[in-house]
Amino acid sequence: MFEANDPNAIQLTADGQLRHFLTTEGLPRALLLEILDTADSFVDMGEQQVKKVPLLRGKTVANLFFENSTRTLSTFELAAKRLSADVLNLNINTSSTKKGETLKDTLMTLQAMHSDMFVVRHADSGAAHFIAQHVTPHVAVINAGDGRHAHPTQAMLDMLTIRRHKGAFAPLKVAIVGDILHSRVARSQIHALRTLGVAEIRVIAPKTLLPRHIEALGVRVYTEMAAGLRDVDVIMMLRLQKERMQSALLPNESEFYKLYGLTRAKLTYAKPDAVVMHPGPINRGVEIESEVADGPRSLILDQVTNGIAVRMAVMSKAMSGQLSQRATSDNRSRKV
Amino acid sequence: MNILISGGRVIDPAQSLDRITDLYVSEGEIRALGEPPQGFQADEVIDARGQIVAPGLVDLCTTLREPGQTRKGTIASETAAAAAGGITTLVVTPDTNPIVETAAVAELIQDRAADIGLARVLPMGALTQGLQGEQLAPLHGLASSGCIAFTNLRRPFGNSQILLRCLEYAATHDLLVVFQAQDAALAANGCMHDDTTSTRLGLNGIPASAETIEVSRCLLLAEQTGVRAHFGQLSCEHSVRLIEAARQRGLQVSADVAIQNLLLTDACVNGFNAAYHLQPPLRSPLDRAGLRQGLVTGTISAICSDHQPHDPIAKQAPFAATEAGMSGLETLLPLSLLLVEQQLLELPQLIAALTLAPARILGLDAGTLQVGSQADICLFDPTAEWCVSEENLRSAGKNTPFLGQTLKGRVSATLMDGRIVFRR
Amino acid sequence: MVSGTLSIDALLDEMTSEARALIIRRDLQAPLMVGIRTGGVWLAERLHRQLGLTAPLGVLDISFYRDDFTQVGINPRVQPSQLPCATEGRDILLVDDVIMSGRTIRAALNELFDYGRPASVSLITLLDLQRRELPIQPDVVGGTLALGPDQQVKLNGPDPLTLTIRQRG
Repeated sequence: MFEANDPNAIQLTADGQLRHFLTTEGLPRALLLEILDTADSFVDMGEQQVKKVPLLRGKTVANLFFENSTRTLSTFELAAKRLSADVLNLNINTSSTKKGETLKDTLMTLQAMHSDMFVVRHADSGAAHFIAQHVTPHVAVINAGDGRHAHPTQAMLDMLTIRRHKGAFAPLKVAIVGDILHSRVARSQIHALRTLGVAEIRVIAPKTLLPRHIEALGVRVYTEMAAGLRDVDVIMMLRLQKERMQSALLPNESEFYKLYGLTRAKLTYAKPDAVVMHPGPINRGVEIESEVADGPRSLILDQVTNGIAVRMAVMSKAMSGQLSQRATSDNRSRKV
Repeated sequence: MNILISGGRVIDPAQSLDRITDLYVSEGEIRALGEPPQGFQADEVIDARGQIVAPGLVDLCTTLREPGQTRKGTIASETAAAAAGGITTLVVTPDTNPIVETAAVAELIQDRAADIGLARVLPMGALTQGLQGEQLAPLHGLASSGCIAFTNLRRPFGNSQILLRCLEYAATHDLLVVFQAQDAALAANGCMHDDTTSTRLGLNGIPASAETIEVSRCLLLAEQTGVRAHFGQLSCEHSVRLIEAARQRGLQVSADVAIQNLLLTDACVNGFNAAYHLQPPLRSPLDRAGLRQGLVTGTISAICSDHQPHDPIAKQAPFAATEAGMSGLETLLPLSLLLVEQQLLELPQLIAALTLAPARILGLDAGTLQVGSQADICLFDPTAEWCVSEENLRSAGKNTPFLGQTLKGRVSATLMDGRIVFRR
Repeated sequence: MVSGTLSIDALLDEMTSEARALIIRRDLQAPLMVGIRTGGVWLAERLHRQLGLTAPLGVLDISFYRDDFTQVGINPRVQPSQLPCATEGRDILLVDDVIMSGRTIRAALNELFDYGRPASVSLITLLDLQRRELPIQPDVVGGTLALGPDQQVKLNGPDPLTLTIRQRG
């Protein structure tokens, strides 16, 4: 009786255009493919002399980063600037104040500055949804990572990287390795891979780093690399944070590296043409051997390039969706 | 004041009564059923045709926020809400500020409620000083000052030895201990049930074992000490099985469940709706089924609201940063009636779970319409539909996930001590 | 009202001589021809050959420069523009199959200027549909055409190049 409406429908306009980009979950396959196609053209453009396009000229993009991240912040900033937008960077320190108050108050202050788009990174799962629900109409919200919930732009740049190297998604076996439990990247990747229809998605981790009901997301669980990597086409490594060595999740880094670190030796379990990815920054000697990270099968640097293009694609689509929705509602009120 | 409640369907589980008849109230007591007492002159007649006449509801767990957190609610606002919800007796949690660990605070709360006169308020006392789980609170003194039971809420004990001694002391004076069973370490930082939904949402989960481990510990210690024990607001089907097994062994323990856990599941949290941020959390469909079954078999005998009013800002943040709890006094009855509509219980059984059973758990002479008992009465129209809105909620807490929804079943009048404390 | 398929070889020959005259008249130095995707590209290839230009042909995709992106969204299948050399200080011959409102040409001009400041831009179009919304005119045009409200014109190619005029489907 009390079933909720589709909670991810907030991302789409009435006619199915993207207007917020909060999670890869619940977005139709056609839309994900459009994002990839648009990003493809931006990648090609990135190799040109003129890298800018005027799609977001006159628009203000505010980067609200409640969690520090130079990498992600700079790629979003670059993406916005290549779309000719004006960029506002707000690095907000939440250690001193209660998180909830800061978020709502910050939003109120920002409304007054008339931004057209917020790019949000926050330590609380659901923060991007919260902002999308409370923001003035016609402002687009892009999730740059919320707690453990989602990092949809990272997942999409990973999908783009896979497609540019492997072509079709359908035959691929993809393995995600590492701290799945705490990873918003892994969750977004799993939703995207499922929607795009890969043959198999695997997660490989010790039980302490696996959420208990992860199979329900459509993945097969492995706790060791030999079996988990067999016949795999794409290996997506996750970053292991130092904090996981506390609170009885892992004994130490060297045991993790021995069992789950991607070395040249372990790479041989996978298909001979398997590719290796990592969202960065990499912990050499913890998740991955240097020779693998820098080796011929590694797509890590491509991921970075693709990251800018994917963010450009997502930002321009979301802005376009918001503007067309505003045009529709303006027309409607005029007709009255 | 002489009041006649006429033509209503009077349901009193204590007497196995369920028939359309008249009820006569005089001087705060129920004088007669059916035929008027000798020389009875009604000062007031309440037309109860088409209505149910039941004992006033007894709510085993509510939070009134006063003293100390009056921006969230006051005894005045919340007892008014209770009266509008047909609830005449409220058992309140000790986590006020200051905590109910001194006679003064216990008496303050009761006096304030008595002055306002809209509902009976029975405080629970803290089991340990400051609810810190280390030192015994003055249980006997608190009991003398009106504390009906003792609890440490969900806060941890320093160790099992301390818990054991608290129970032994309570048993010495035949005091009722209410457990809100949760292992603090397993539940740490959790804000919803640990399952598929929490995994997808990236929210920290509270595994079922956080409750079942503590239920097991408390059952074993209750058995060892012989203390009168009650388990409040169960959320897991496994907990129900543990309690059922204990009862079969002969242990006299009781249990209640909050109405929301009988109707909702963790899937409600999808979309990060903070209105569903609750403690104990909403759990899986299997847990919901187990709780419902427990109610049918009698392992769980009572339903409560677990009312926790909040100011708006408490729910306006990303999910994990919001405060847990929902405002439930005024929705308790219509939501409970759904159990009848869903054919889980018959109406008299439901009413028993809301009145007689909680009264028995507390050892109170209440929850009945027997002649001579205090006239605490709830009149409601089980078919009346109404839309839950901020305007029509009397509680200071508008934090209910049912805002904007249409519910069926509405209180038309409430009497406490033979006085009309609410009339629509 | 005209309808059917037209061979445009004759038009192209005329346009070639007019373009040659234009190059001389304006004293254009080693002009760079740039065709606007997609219709302008076939036309530019043909003219480039017929004019015997030495600088390689450039291709411009104006999808990201359209001024109506909020109504029509972003075309997901955009290939990048390919300009073989810098436009800074160059004389540009911009080629498109049709000029109608003038907005496409404006977008193309914006994009060309993002690549560098040209010395000059001359516009060559096959058809002028005379429905201007901006003050932009071709320097060389094959012919003007007044289309009926339900009619469409389409360039077929690359070889042979023909025009089809038909009812909107």
